[in-house]
Amino acid sequence: MSGGVYHEIIISGYGGQGVILNGSILGKAATIYDKINATLVQSYGPEARGGACSAHVIISKETISYPYVHNPHILISMSQEAYENNIDSLRDGGLLLTDTDLVKRRKNDERHVSYSIPATRMAEKLGNKMMANIVILGYLASLSDAVNAESLRNAVEKSVPKGTEEKNLKAFEKGYKRGEKQKSGTG
Amino acid sequence: MEGTEQFIMGDTACAEGAIACGCKFFAGYPITPATEVAERMAKRLPQVGGTYIQMEDEMASMAAILGASWGGLKSMTSTSGPGFSLMMENIGLGIIMEVPCVVVNVQRAGPSTGLPTLCAQGDMMQARWGSHGHYEIIALSASSPQELFDITIKAFNLSEKYRLPVLVLTDEVVGHMTEKVVIPPYDKIDVYSRRISTLPPEEYLPYVSDEDMVAPMVGIGEGYRIHSTGLTHDKRGYPVITAPVQKEMMDRLIYKIRNNVDDIVEYEEIEMADAEIVVIAYGISARPALKALEMARDSGIKCGMMKLITIWPFPEKRIRELAPQVRGFVVPEINYGQICLEVERCSAGKTEIVLVSHAGGAIFHPNEILEVISRL
Amino acid sequence: MKKQGLKELNGMPGKHPLSDLLRDDRMPHIWCPGCDIGTVFSSCLTAIHESNIDYNNFAVISGIGCSGRAAGYVKLDSFHTTHGRAIPFATGLKIAKPKMNIIVFSGDGDLFTIGGNHFIHAARRNMDLTIICVNNFTYGMTGGQVASSTPFNARTSTTPDGNFERPFNLAYMAAAAGAAYVARWTTLHVRRLTNSILEAFNKKGFSFVEVISSCPTSFGRKNKLGPPLHIIQHFHKISVIKNGIHPKDANLDIEKEIVVGKFVDIERPTFFDLWEEIYPPKREKGAK
Repeated sequence: MSGGVYHEIIISGYGGQGVILNGSILGKAATIYDKINATLVQSYGPEARGGACSAHVIISKETISYPYVHNPHILISMSQEAYENNIDSLRDGGLLLTDTDLVKRRKNDERHVSYSIPATRMAEKLGNKMMANIVILGYLASLSDAVNAESLRNAVEKSVPKGTEEKNLKAFEKGYKRGEKQKSGTG
Repeated sequence: MEGTEQFIMGDTACAEGAIACGCKFFAGYPITPATEVAERMAKRLPQVGGTYIQMEDEMASMAAILGASWGGLKSMTSTSGPGFSLMMENIGLGIIMEVPCVVVNVQRAGPSTGLPTLCAQGDMMQARWGSHGHYEIIALSASSPQELFDITIKAFNLSEKYRLPVLVLTDEVVGHMTEKVVIPPYDKIDVYSRRISTLPPEEYLPYVSDEDMVAPMVGIGEGYRIHSTGLTHDKRGYPVITAPVQKEMMDRLIYKIRNNVDDIVEYEEIEMADAEIVVIAYGISARPALKALEMARDSGIKCGMMKLITIWPFPEKRIRELAPQVRGFVVPEINYGQICLEVERCSAGKTEIVLVSHAGGAIFHPNEILEVISRL
Repeated sequence: MKKQGLKELNGMPGKHPLSDLLRDDRMPHIWCPGCDIGTVFSSCLTAIHESNIDYNNFAVISGIGCSGRAAGYVKLDSFHTTHGRAIPFATGLKIAKPKMNIIVFSGDGDLFTIGGNHFIHAARRNMDLTIICVNNFTYGMTGGQVASSTPFNARTSTTPDGNFERPFNLAYMAAAAGAAYVARWTTLHVRRLTNSILEAFNKKGFSFVEVISSCPTSFGRKNKLGPPLHIIQHFHKISVIKNGIHPKDANLDIEKEIVVGKFVDIERPTFFDLWEEIYPPKREKGAK
């Protein structure tokens, strides 16, 4: 892929966790703030109301012709089912982010670069477990260069319900800092 | 929204396109995957002084937008396959009464209830011939949220210009896909509104057309006291049940489109200069087709693409021109061959035509199209 | 005043007294001799005439059928739509032209059988429309088939041995669905009918006027009701005026008793009232 930037991302979990919103925030950060291309397609139907649910995001400098993701560079899983359903599709060397308390990862997975964060627990401490998705976005911002962290902050601010911006940005920073610590091996 | 860049869903972009060009009335009925168009209109119309009404079914929705359009409002409805079937009755009324309006079909896989949440391109011929009797129709297709925004505006303009329901045909994937959409300042958008007669009531006849075969309209409640009917009618709009009046009326309905094909038809050509194999694609299938084209070019195949924006009237002139010049046409579509039949008809045996067929429920992978290109 | 004779009517300048509301150039109409639609149509035109409302403020919408032809004969903005869909078409027009009086003039088969769903929903919304229904118990135009209004046991071309289904009570249905005004008359009660139509025009909300009518050619012949005048005399004999009665008790038995009158006349917020509560109209810039 010419132009350098090209990321295929799957965000997966169950309906109500903000999976689709995360896809939308990622796409917004890439298109509106980073000024490159992005597509988001999502699973529909009963899945979006409590069952397995996923968002496919492609971020690219080039025009994106095919919007579905078969072998992601990045996989975020926020439920065990979402993890099991998608882990085999993650590319060799791909980045895996999971919620520590919600996903039990396979042992000895050396194909991938794996990180986990107790996002739901952290969000709960911040006052609302519904912000777990934002915690994990902050986490992603620190561990991947798919989108600019500042762009993501802007997109979070513009995407969450009015009046909750501050709280959500706090959640984002919690995730971001956790990622920074883990990266430098101090976490 | 105007003058901004948005990361929005195709269905939302469609609604924004309607708002951007002055749509003031939406009547609809919820149906996956078109519901988000209605939801957006329900939110946006009151903000711009328009009205959203959720009707009891799609027959009522279609009838209501015809009534509102007669009342002078730019009007629209949206639906998917099952609702599109129900709308056919009053799409016919819109054709014969010559009422400007826009009908959006976010296609899903059928027949019947089929795959409500998954895509197909199975209604292309229904769009052409779904209402009874012979008629001409305008149908446009979009392969991205941005195109859906742009094409909805174009659909309104064409409907106002040629006085008929114009169909916007997209599909579940485009409707539900989120992508960047540039919404220009509204005053930078070309908007065409229906021609209004300047004749006084005693001289005006509702179905006397101008040179382009389109008859100017008048306002309701302004003393013109017009009559319009779904029966065959003469220039006065009065029912006349005879063969000569049928011919006079039909000629106008047919030729106002056929004589203006060059003004209506739009397509995009990609890498066509030296193309030996041409992919003819539309809607969501144009996207994997474009990828397949790039891959084919990378492996040295002289491949080009014609992306259809206007589906009906069919861009037959260009396809007739191309047919003797190319080795073959490849037509990927999520059905068992509909637009492919039109390509065959226009090619008249002068080149090879290969259908790449998909039953629906998913879109093509570029490799599926590339494989056919490579074989040709 | 000298009485106008037929001879003078045929040769101008003897004109129909309501000729300013008639498309003279469309006469003669298609209605059969003895048909009651003309009576209802005349009552409607008389009401328009007497309303003192500018004619340009009226529009008439019809569906399909004999009664549906009314839209084509009235010299007003008028639309002859598809079968059963006059009400949703009128709904769209009313929303675009909220200040106009929109009349839906159609038959029982059109409004209640194929179009029944639209009727109840427009009543539920209290859409500000005047619905005039010529109820002649059958599909006249297609030759007299059974409808949802056909009396139990009645003969029609598709119930040759008698109708074994029960009919709707249209007035009761209209009231139950939320109509603000409901009246029923027969074509005998011309003055009362005209007055009801006038009241309906002035009523804010969904108004319904049912007119029990004869179709001597189809329904009359099949049920041996005799010549048109006999049917009217029969209406005279069996109709009972019961204003204000609960519509569920408004019996409609064409052999024994036809209860007529104004059954509902209530104030109920309309579609537009409720819309404006949520979306108050924006003031023009500079307006105080």
